[in-house]
Order: sequence, then structure tokens, then C-alpha cells
Amino acid sequence: MDKFGFTLVKGRRIDYDSNDRSIAEYVSAHEPSFRICIECGCCSAACTTGNFTQFSLREIQILLKRGENDGVRDKIKKCMLCGKCTLVCPRGVNTRNVILLIQEAFRKNIKNAV
Amino acid sequence: MQFDPFVIPFNIGLYFILIYAVVRSVRWFSNLSRPDKLRLQRGFFGSAFGRSLKEIFMESLIHRKILKANFRLGYMHMSLAFGWFLLILFGTIEADIFGTRHLNPPYKAIFFKFFNPDHGRTGFEAVYSFLMDLILAFILSGLILAVIKRFSSKVVGMKKTTKLKLPDKIALTSLWLIFPSRLIAESLTSGVYGTGSFLTGSLGSVLASFLPANQLAYPFWWLYSLSLGTFFLLLPVTRYMHIPTELFLIFARNSGIRTGDQSGAFTEIQTYSCSSCGICIDACQLNFSTGITNIQSAYLMKGIRNNEDVNDIAFNCLMCGRCDRYCPVGIELTPIRMIRRRAESVEPPEKSLWSRYFPDLIKIVNTRSNGHPAFSWLPQIKTEATEVLYYAGCMTHLTPAIKKAMIRILDASGMNYRFLDEAGGVCCGRPLMLAGKDKEARELINFNSGLIRDSGARILVTSCPICYKVFRESYYLEVELMHHTQFIKMLIDEDMLRLRFLRKKVVYHAPCDLGRGSGIYDEPKDVLRHVARLQPTGFDDDDSLCCGGSLGNTRISYRQKNKIAADAASALTKGNPEILATACPLCKKTFTTVTDTRVADIAEIVAEAIAPNPPELKKHVVKELYREPADMI
Repeated sequence: MDKFGFTLVKGRRIDYDSNDRSIAEYVSAHEPSFRICIECGCCSAACTTGNFTQFSLREIQILLKRGENDGVRDKIKKCMLCGKCTLVCPRGVNTRNVILLIQEAFRKNIKNAV
Repeated sequence: MQFDPFVIPFNIGLYFILIYAVVRSVRWFSNLSRPDKLRLQRGFFGSAFGRSLKEIFMESLIHRKILKANFRLGYMHMSLAFGWFLLILFGTIEADIFGTRHLNPPYKAIFFKFFNPDHGRTGFEAVYSFLMDLILAFILSGLILAVIKRFSSKVVGMKKTTKLKLPDKIALTSLWLIFPSRLIAESLTSGVYGTGSFLTGSLGSVLASFLPANQLAYPFWWLYSLSLGTFFLLLPVTRYMHIPTELFLIFARNSGIRTGDQSGAFTEIQTYSCSSCGICIDACQLNFSTGITNIQSAYLMKGIRNNEDVNDIAFNCLMCGRCDRYCPVGIELTPIRMIRRRAESVEPPEKSLWSRYFPDLIKIVNTRSNGHPAFSWLPQIKTEATEVLYYAGCMTHLTPAIKKAMIRILDASGMNYRFLDEAGGVCCGRPLMLAGKDKEARELINFNSGLIRDSGARILVTSCPICYKVFRESYYLEVELMHHTQFIKMLIDEDMLRLRFLRKKVVYHAPCDLGRGSGIYDEPKDVLRHVARLQPTGFDDDDSLCCGGSLGNTRISYRQKNKIAADAASALTKGNPEILATACPLCKKTFTTVTDTRVADIAEIVAEAIAPNPPELKKHVVKELYREPADMI
């Protein structure tokens, strides 16, 4: 009976207290349209890179907004900036600039505690 | 010895600027790359010399290009430049003929009236005075236009004029003072002696009638000399540096020196050649569609000259090339912007005014990279041998109608072809280049080059002008590269494609990267004329508009892009065409959302026009017409 009850699986927990949302904030400060993303995934469906790899801009958006920057650092380099995501976005998010800004934020080491 | 202390400021300014121009020219020359140095030497002693002299006369003095584009603005520039030139030329001749002796120092010609106040009473002397007055009146008429333009630019037919910095303002004021002070000084002296022609003579006698002309003339000669001296001394740190630089630029360009993709002395020369005339501002769609007026090429050049952080300016541009087309100096603005995009955004150090006289060579620090390949994930793809290779490109995959139409056309032509990126390919690399990431782009270029080489194709057809431009400029391929409009044109010419005539009114929108970017204007229009009724739009060939969807601009919002697209579409569809034809999947995608007119790629229209049952061709005729692919080229 001691295994009965609810427990928190550590890997599935979003810890907003210790996560670092500075990169998401940096991006939304420079490209406000980053905020209006509804995470529909059209960008990932159209993606040229996503055709060959697990790259997904939707996933990156979600991770950054949660502040889980660790996984993004390597992933974001895979983008080829072809711009299809910008054209299919139903919300008009300037996705190419979002990606450039994320890359810039990592390069500049914007207060990235994680 | 005719001398007076008031000529000293003028002499200081004149000898300073002459020595300065020589020093700067020597520095620029020594900073050119070795091949460019050889080009310039060869050009200087070859036929390019004559062409340069002609261009200097037509463009730097007459301002032919500005006159053609906008007469009032051209007249303003011409009267100041050409008028001043004539004034110096005829002034020197005057001093030489009528002066006390020959071969005078320059100030004798400039202040001729002061030293020879009694000159110009009768005969040939009077005619000559009349000529000098006429030239002065010519300059003054242009100066009046310039003063009005500063306060209301609409008068000279310009919607926007450039904003100025403090040294620019002082230099501008001294430039404005030069000719009125000369007029008044000459008039007063003429008034005292009763000489002068229709302008200085009449004004002089009027002024002398109620003013102590004899005492007043001297301060105005001082003012004339001072304003000339100030102008010359400030010239190197203001936009008027374009006057000496443009001469160097014209010689360099006529000798065959081009910007290329590296920053260097030639880029710097071009940067200093910009006169901030503001014609690029009027030509820019970001200005007249979205009201963004601080990022145009004139400001980019100014920002680079003044050592400011121009990162925002460099990236806020559609890279459509309209400013290159309109620039009266012929500066390669878009390539310079491309070079600038590679630079890291850094806060530049504050520079003193003195250091701006001898600036360091403009250096562009490329963005740091860690040296690891960014695209190690690129897939291993095997290409099969073929004659014709079709590369649709990313954007074409987003507009499948174009892709299907091209497959239909290729099938109908009966050629042996392969579809390189049927299952989705790797990007051509130009979007990365536009974002200033050349190193990453090079990885994609190498990958795609490998694929194309392995296929052994002789013809590479692409549907996307963006890919076309990068294939042409940055790939080193041994294939004949064709945009699909060129390919269709070839099929039609070779009679490999039988088409019906569609009775439809069509207008053609020339995509930036295909038209101004790659110089392909005729083939798309020829194809359209073959299958439909092509109508002019008023924005044809190198005057075409940008659709606004350009990958070049990462800064403007979705709304602003749509505004540009809507403005362009409504300008193009003024004649109510049935189809707005384009040759670029990106243009098609952008226009479709903003206009009710049907937007179609040329490939779609051609596919529509393919005769359903090929006309009754006899077997042997077909064989004659159809050459084996191996015989192509």
C-alpha cells in the first residue's frame, strides 16, 4: 500500500521557479509577435529541416516559454531559415526573426542560468 | 603684387582640400586588393579613361540621371555643380586674359572683381562680364531651389529629403552663403566703379544709390572667402565628401572594379560617394507603403560613414534592389548591405571630430562562430543520373500548383528528367546568406552542389528565383542553369512543347531576384506573349515592385508585409487583368492573400495551355523535332 497515491514525476514537472525565461523574454522584447503564437504547429508541419530531423519550431517555442533552454541550444542551429514557417503561420508571427533572435540570445549569453 | 589678407581663408581651405583629396586617394588606392589595383592601373591608361571622363562630365556635372528622373531636382544639382564648374573655368580664363599677367594663383580668378574692379566696361570685356553674370544667375537659381527643398521637399518633386547632422548643417550653410556673398560683394564693387553686367551691375547701382558701397564691399569679400574656406575645411567630415570621392569611384568602376562579397577599399569609396540626395528614399517601397523612412540606403551609407551601429538599418530592407536601380551615382547599395549584414552588432566607440578626418578603413567584424558544422544532420541522398534536373526549392513545395504544372510541362516535353527534391530538399542557402550567415550557407551550398554533380545533369531547372540567384552567384556548377521560364522558352523555341493560345488578359510581375537580381526580363514575357495577351503594367522590367514577402527583411511585421503586397498588387492589377502572372512561388504566395485577381505562376499558365491531345504530328516529324537529350547544348 505504500506505493499508492499521487506523486510528482520529476521529468514531467515544469519548475517555473528555477527555470530561466530570460531568452523568451529577450525574444518577445525584440519581436513582439512571439507572444501571439498559439502553438498550432503549422510551422513544424511546413518545415524543411523538420522533413529530415526532429526539429520543430513549435517545440522550441514551448520549451523557451517554459524556460527549459537546455534543449533548445543545439536544436535551434538546425534551422535553414528558408522562411516557409513565416508564410504558413496563421497568426503572422515573424518566425524567421524569432529564430535569429533565439540564436543571437544564445550567442550573446543573455543571462542563461540553466 | 595683388594681394589682400581676405584671401587667406580661401587659400587655406583650397590647399587643404587639394592635399587631403590626394592623401585619401593614395590611401584608398593602397587599400585596394592587388587585382583591383591592376585593374585601376590598366583602366587609367586604357579606354576606360575616356569613358570615365565622359561619365564625370555627364553625371558629376550635368547630373543626367537625376535630370531624367526628376527635372527640378536635376536642375538644382546641375546648376550648383555645372554652374560652379563653369564659374571656375571661365573665371580662370578671365583672369588669364584680362588680368595683369598670365598664370595666376587660383584666388585671382575667384576674387577677380576685387582685384580688377574697373574691368568689363566696353566691348569684349562687357560681353565676358555678361557671361559671368549669367553663370552666377544660373547657380543662384539652383540655390534658391535648394533652400526651398530644405524646408519643403515637395517643391522639387521629392516626397522626403534626408535629415542632417551638425557638421553637415554648418557646411550646408557655408555652401549656401558662398554664392549670395559673391553676388553682393561683386555688386557692391561694381556699384562703386560703375561696372558689371545685368546682374551685378544693376544690383550694384541700386545698392550704391543708398548704401556706402565702398565700405560695405570689403566685409562681403571677407564673407565670400570665409564661407569658401569653411566649406572646404568641413568637406571631409560631411556628405560633401562625395564630390572628390565620386571622381575616384567613376574611374574605379569604369576600370571594372566591383563590390563583390567582401568589404574593402571599394566599398568604402562607394560609401563616401553617396551624396544623400534622397532618391533612394522615394524609390523605396518601405517608404511609400509602410511609412518607414529611416532605413533607406542613404541612411545606411551615412551610418557606416559616421561609424554608427547600423544593424537595424541593414536588416530592415526587402533587398529588392530598387534603390540600386535609381541611385544616380550608381552605388551598389544592395551588395554593400549584404556585406554589412554579416557584421556583428556592436556598439561602436565614440569618435572625435578630428579622427573623422582620417578614419580607419571601414572594417566589418564577421559574426563569431564556434567552428562546428551547423548542419551535420544533412541526409545522405543518392541522386540518379539524368540529363535534366529539376530543383523545385522550398517555396515551390509550399505552392504545389507550380510543382504540378512543372511536372506536367516536363512530361509533355518528353525530356529525360529527375526531380531532385521530390520528397523535400535542402534549402539552397540564400535565406541564410540574406541573414548574414555565409558560413552556414556554404555548408548547404556544398551539400547541394554534391547532389547536382553526382546526377551528371547538363541542365538544372529551378522554379524559384531565390534559388536561381544563389545557384548563379555562389555555386560553382558545371551545368546550364535555367529558371523555369527560360526552360519553357527553350522548349517553345525548339518546338518541344505545343501550346494553345489562351484568350486571357495577363499582367506580369517581375520578381526582384529574377529581374533586378539576375537580369532575366525577356524570357518570362516572351512565354506569356506566346500563350496569352500580355499587358504592360507601368512597373515593368527593372522598375518592378517587390511583392513584400521578401526573405530579405526580418524586421517588418506581418501587417506591414501585407500592406506592401496589397499596394503592389493593386498597382499591378489596375488594368483589370484576368491573371496576375509571376515567376516566383514566394510572390505568388504573397499576392494570393491580398488580391481578388487570380495569381498564377507562368508554369501554371503554360501547363493550362498545353494542348490536351498533342496536335497531329507525324511520327517522323516528331523524331526530327525531338532531339535526344544527349545532344542538348
